[in-house]
Amino acid sequence: MFDDFIQSFWPYTIDGLALGAIYALVALGYTMVYGVLRLINFAHAEIWMVGTFVALGTVQLLGVSSVGGIALIGLVAVMALAAAVVSGGAAMLLEVSAYRPLRKKGASRLAALISAIGASIFLQQLFATVVVPVVFGKSEAQGKLPVNEHFVERTNVIDIGPIVISNDKLIVFLGAVLMMVALDQFVNRTKLGRGIRATAQDPQAAVLMGVNIDRVVSATFLVGGAMAGVAAALYFVRFEQAWYFAGFLLGIKAFTAAVLGGIGNIRGALVGGFALGLFEMYGSSIFGSEWRDVVAFSVLILVLMFRPTGILGESLQQARA
Amino acid sequence: MNVTKKSKNGQGGLGGGLDAVRDRWAVAPGWQRWIVYVLLIIGALLLPHESIGSFMAPSGSDWPTMLSDQIGIYVLLALGLNVVVGLAGLLDLGYVAFYAVGGYTIGIFGTKYGWSFWELLVLAILLSALSGVILGGPTLRLRGDYLAIVTLGFGEIVRQVARNSDYVNGPRGIQGIPRPPDLSEFEIFGVQPFTYGFLDARPYYYLLVLFIVLTIIFVKRLESSRVGRSWAAIREDEDAAELMGVPTFRFKLAAFAIGAAIGGSGGVVFAAKQTSINPENFVFLVSALILASVVLGGSGNMPGVMLGAFLLAWLPERLRVSEDFRMLLFGAALVVMMAFRPEGLWPSRQRKAELAEGTGGMGSMGAEVAGPGTSGPGSSGHAAPTEVKK
Amino acid sequence: MSGHDSYPIPSRIRMERLGTLRRNMMRVTGAVAVSAMLTMGVAACGGDDGGGEGSGNEVTIGFMGDLTGENSGLVIPPRNGAQLAIEQYNATNPKVKIKFKPYDSQGKPEQATTLVQGAIKQDKIVGLIGPAFSGESQATGPILEEAKVPSVSPSATQITLAEKGWKFWHRVVADDAVQSAGAGDFITSQLKAKKVATIHDNQEYGKGLADAIGNAVKPKGAQIMAEGVDDKATDYSATVNKIKSFNPDVVYFGGYYAQAGRLFKQLREGGVKARLMSGDGSLATGLIEGAGQENAQGAMLSCGCLIDEAGTSNAKAKKFATDYQAKFGSPVAIYSGEGYDAATAFIEAIKAGNTEPEKINQYLSTVNFEGVGKPIKFDAKGELASQDIYVYEVKANKMPLLGNTKEAKVE
Repeated sequence: MFDDFIQSFWPYTIDGLALGAIYALVALGYTMVYGVLRLINFAHAEIWMVGTFVALGTVQLLGVSSVGGIALIGLVAVMALAAAVVSGGAAMLLEVSAYRPLRKKGASRLAALISAIGASIFLQQLFATVVVPVVFGKSEAQGKLPVNEHFVERTNVIDIGPIVISNDKLIVFLGAVLMMVALDQFVNRTKLGRGIRATAQDPQAAVLMGVNIDRVVSATFLVGGAMAGVAAALYFVRFEQAWYFAGFLLGIKAFTAAVLGGIGNIRGALVGGFALGLFEMYGSSIFGSEWRDVVAFSVLILVLMFRPTGILGESLQQARA
Repeated sequence: MNVTKKSKNGQGGLGGGLDAVRDRWAVAPGWQRWIVYVLLIIGALLLPHESIGSFMAPSGSDWPTMLSDQIGIYVLLALGLNVVVGLAGLLDLGYVAFYAVGGYTIGIFGTKYGWSFWELLVLAILLSALSGVILGGPTLRLRGDYLAIVTLGFGEIVRQVARNSDYVNGPRGIQGIPRPPDLSEFEIFGVQPFTYGFLDARPYYYLLVLFIVLTIIFVKRLESSRVGRSWAAIREDEDAAELMGVPTFRFKLAAFAIGAAIGGSGGVVFAAKQTSINPENFVFLVSALILASVVLGGSGNMPGVMLGAFLLAWLPERLRVSEDFRMLLFGAALVVMMAFRPEGLWPSRQRKAELAEGTGGMGSMGAEVAGPGTSGPGSSGHAAPTEVKK
Repeated sequence: MSGHDSYPIPSRIRMERLGTLRRNMMRVTGAVAVSAMLTMGVAACGGDDGGGEGSGNEVTIGFMGDLTGENSGLVIPPRNGAQLAIEQYNATNPKVKIKFKPYDSQGKPEQATTLVQGAIKQDKIVGLIGPAFSGESQATGPILEEAKVPSVSPSATQITLAEKGWKFWHRVVADDAVQSAGAGDFITSQLKAKKVATIHDNQEYGKGLADAIGNAVKPKGAQIMAEGVDDKATDYSATVNKIKSFNPDVVYFGGYYAQAGRLFKQLREGGVKARLMSGDGSLATGLIEGAGQENAQGAMLSCGCLIDEAGTSNAKAKKFATDYQAKFGSPVAIYSGEGYDAATAFIEAIKAGNTEPEKINQYLSTVNFEGVGKPIKFDAKGELASQDIYVYEVKANKMPLLGNTKEAKVE
C-alpha cells in the first residue's frame, strides 16, 4: 500500500503541485466573488471551460505544431492573454446578465445560486451543441467529445535523481505562482483593489465612502474570470484538450480548494489549491486512483470539522455573526 | 370556484395569479380547504390519463412513466429538501446522498437478505434518517456555505464509495430489486392500481402520490408546531434563536434527519420501480436540480415547491422536440425564471416578507445597496461579511 | 356519467396551478384537462390512432441507443447499418414495409425505460434493435419481456444479460467473457506478456471488461495490476506513476475511446513503453485523435465486432462496405455491420410473413443466415451460436483488422 507512495514520492509530489496550481488559479475566482458577494458562483467553472476553448482556438489560428523551449513560453503567454480577455469578459457578461438583476431586486443568495446553476448548464450546452460544431467544425455527435490539438513538444527541463520535471509542468507551476503574486499586488496596492477589499469587508460602509459597488463587482468578476482564463491556458498546455464538461469536476475541486484554504482569502486559495492537489495524488497512490475524490472530500470535511474557517482562516473578524 | 375568480384579479405577470391564490387561501374557511384537498387528490389520480399525456408527452415518451420515474420522484424529493432548505434554512448541496442511501438500502437488503418491499421501506427510511444524523452531527455547527460544500462532498463520497465497492457490484450496480408485492387485482377504468408490473407505470405513480400526500400532511403538522416555529427562528436569525433558548443544533439535526428520511423513501420507490440502480443514478446534477426545484418553486411553500419540481422534471422532457437544444433551453429558462421571480414562482407569504427584509434562508447578496429594505451590515443573515485578507 | 358535473372544477384548479405558463397556454392546458375528464367520464380508454401494427402493410422497428450523448460515436454506425438494411428492404417493394424509428436514450437507463414504454404503447413497435449499451439493456429487458416484444442488440456485451432467462432478448455480438477470453489469450500467447496492467474507467462496461481481462490472463501466469480512473477527470498522472513503477508489458484499458485517448497520451508522455490495448468501446478513430497519432501507434483493440472494410471475410461484407460508403460517405465503422445484421434478422422474420411481435420472436429462434462477415444464428439464451473476437491495430490514422485472436499475427 505505501510502497508505491514511498518509491514514487517525487513524481506524485510534482504532479500534485502541477494539478494544484490549476486548482488554485480557478479557486481565486470563487474566493473573490464569494468575498464580495457571498455568492457561490457555480458558473465559474464554465468560465474556465470557455478559456480552454479560447486556448484551443488560439493554437489552431496560429497553426503551430510541436512547440518547445522558449517558443512555448511565448505561445503560452499569447494563449493566456487571449483566454484571460475572453474569460474575463464572459465572467462580466455573466454577472450583468444573470446576477445583477437579482442583486438589484435584493434577491436571496439562494436564488442567485440557482441562476448560477442554470447559467452553468447553459454554457456547457452552448459549447456542446453550438460552439464546437460551428466554430471547430466537428459533427454534431462529436460536440460532446473532447477536442484535441497536439502542439507541445515535451522535454524534461529538470532531471535530478528522482526529481524529473517536464517543461509543461514547470510552465504550469510557475505561471500560476506568477499570477498569484500579481493578483495579490493588485488587490493590496491599487485603488480598485482597495475598493474590492472595502466592499468585501462592509458593503454599506464602502458605499458611504464613495466606492462604486457596480464597478467593484464587475472588476471582481473580470479579475476572477481572467485568472480562470490563465488557468485554462495552462491546463491546455498540459492536457491539450478542451471539453464542454471538463469544468464540472474541476470547478467542484477548485471550490473545495477555496474552502480548504479559507474562502474569501486570496492566499488561502493558493494554499488550498496546492494542498488539494497533493492530497489527491498522495491519496491515489495509497488507496488507488478510484478513491481520489473520496480522499479529497474527506480531507475537506475533516479540516472543516477541526478548523471551521479553513487552513488560513476566512478573515480577521470572522466566525460567528 | 372562488379560487378561479380571485386569481383573475391577480396583477398578471409571472406568478401574480399564484400569489392571489395564496392570499385567498389564507382566509379560506376549513370546509373550503377540505374540498380543494379532495379535488386536488382526485386531479392527481386522473393525471396519468392519455388525453393529458398527448399534450404533456408528445414525443414518444410514455406519460405515466414520466410521471412516476421523473415527476413524482422529483416532487417527493423536493418536498424533502424543502424541509432542510426551505424550513430550516440550511443549504444542502448533497441531498442526492440520502436518495442513494434509500435506493441502496432496498437494493442490498432486498437482493441479499430477501426482505419484502414494505419492510425495506421502513428500514430505508430509518437508515436514511440515521445517515442524515451522521452527516449532520459533526457538520451542522458549520454555517452557510461551508455546510453547502460539506454536503456536496458527502454526496460525492456516497456515490464514489458505492462505485468502488464490490459488495454492491461497483459501477454495475444492483439488479433484481424487489418490486412492491401486488396488493390486489382490483381494476378501475382499465388500471390495476395495486398491481406492480413492469409495463404499467401508473401503480407506481399512485404509490408516489400516496407518499407525497403523507409527506405533505406530516410536514404541514410539523410546520405549525413548536418544531416549525423553531425552524423559522433559526432561519431568520440563528443567534437570536439561540439566545431565546431554542436548542438550534437539535432542531437543525431534526430537519436534516426528516429531510433525509423523505429522500430515502424516494430512493426506495425509484429503485423498486427501476428494479436496478447504479451509482450513476445519484450524481450531483440531481442534487442541483432538486435544489433548483425548491428555490424556483418558492422555498418553504409546499405547493410552490411541488410546482417547481414538476416544471424541472417535465420541461427537459417536453423540450425533447428540439432534441439537441433542450438542455440549452433549460439552462436559459432557469436563469430567466430566477431573474423574474427571485423569490420563487409561488413563495409563502411569510417567506416573501422575510426575503424582502433580507433575512431568512441564506440572506441577500452581500454588496446589496439598491434593493428594498436593506438594513445595515448585519443584514446578510448568517454569513458575516468577510474580508479579502491582506 | 353521474360524476360528470364535478369534473370541471379540478381542471380549473389545475389551471391555477399552471398559472406560470402564459395565458393562452393555460387555456390549451385547461381544454386538454377538461377533455381528459370527459373521456374519463365515458370510461373510453385506449383509443389510439397510432396505426402501425393494425394496418397490415407497415410495421415499426425501433432503434434505441445514445444518438446525441458523448458515446454516440459508438451508436451512430449501428444505427446507420440498421437504417441501410431497412431501406434496402423497403426498396424491393415488399408486401409489408418497415418503418424505422430511432429513439435517443443518451445511453441512460432511466431515459431508456421511459422511451421503451412509449415505443411499445404508442408506436407499437414489433421489434427493437438495441438498446446499444448494457446498462440500458439491463433496465429495459424486463419491460420488453413483459410486453413480449423481441429485441436484438448490436453492441451490449455485458455477460449477465444472457443469464436473466429473457426469452425476447438477443444480441449479434460476442459478450465480454468471450472477448476477454479471446483477448486474454492473445495477450499471453501472441504478445507474450508476463505483466499486465488492467485499467478501467469505473463505469459499468469498462470495469466489467477490465476485470474479465485480469481474470483471463491471471491463470496463464501473468502478474496483474488493476486500477480505476475517473471518466470525468482529465488528469491521469497518478495512474501513470503507478503503471511506471509496475512496469508492465501490456496495459489493457476497459472503457470508451475518449478516456482511452486521454490515458494513452498521458502514459506515452509519462514514458510508459508497454504495449497499449483496449476493447470494443475504444475502437473508433477518436482514440487516435485523443492520444495523438504518434502516441497511439501500435495500440491494439479487441472486439467481438467485425469491421471489414476490405471485405475479405465474405461477399456480403464486401457489398455492405461499398453500400455503406455510398450511402453515408464514410467507411464502415464500429458495430455498423452488427446494426445491419440485427435489422436483417428482423427483416427475415417479416419476409417470412410474421408481423406480430411474438411470432417474430419465435422466428428469431430459428433464424439462420450469413451476416456481414459472420453467420447469424441464436442459441436458446439469445446469444450468437458462433462467436469470434477480432484484433485491430492502430497504423498511421487508421485501425485495420489484424484478424481474429487466434490467427492475428504481431510483427
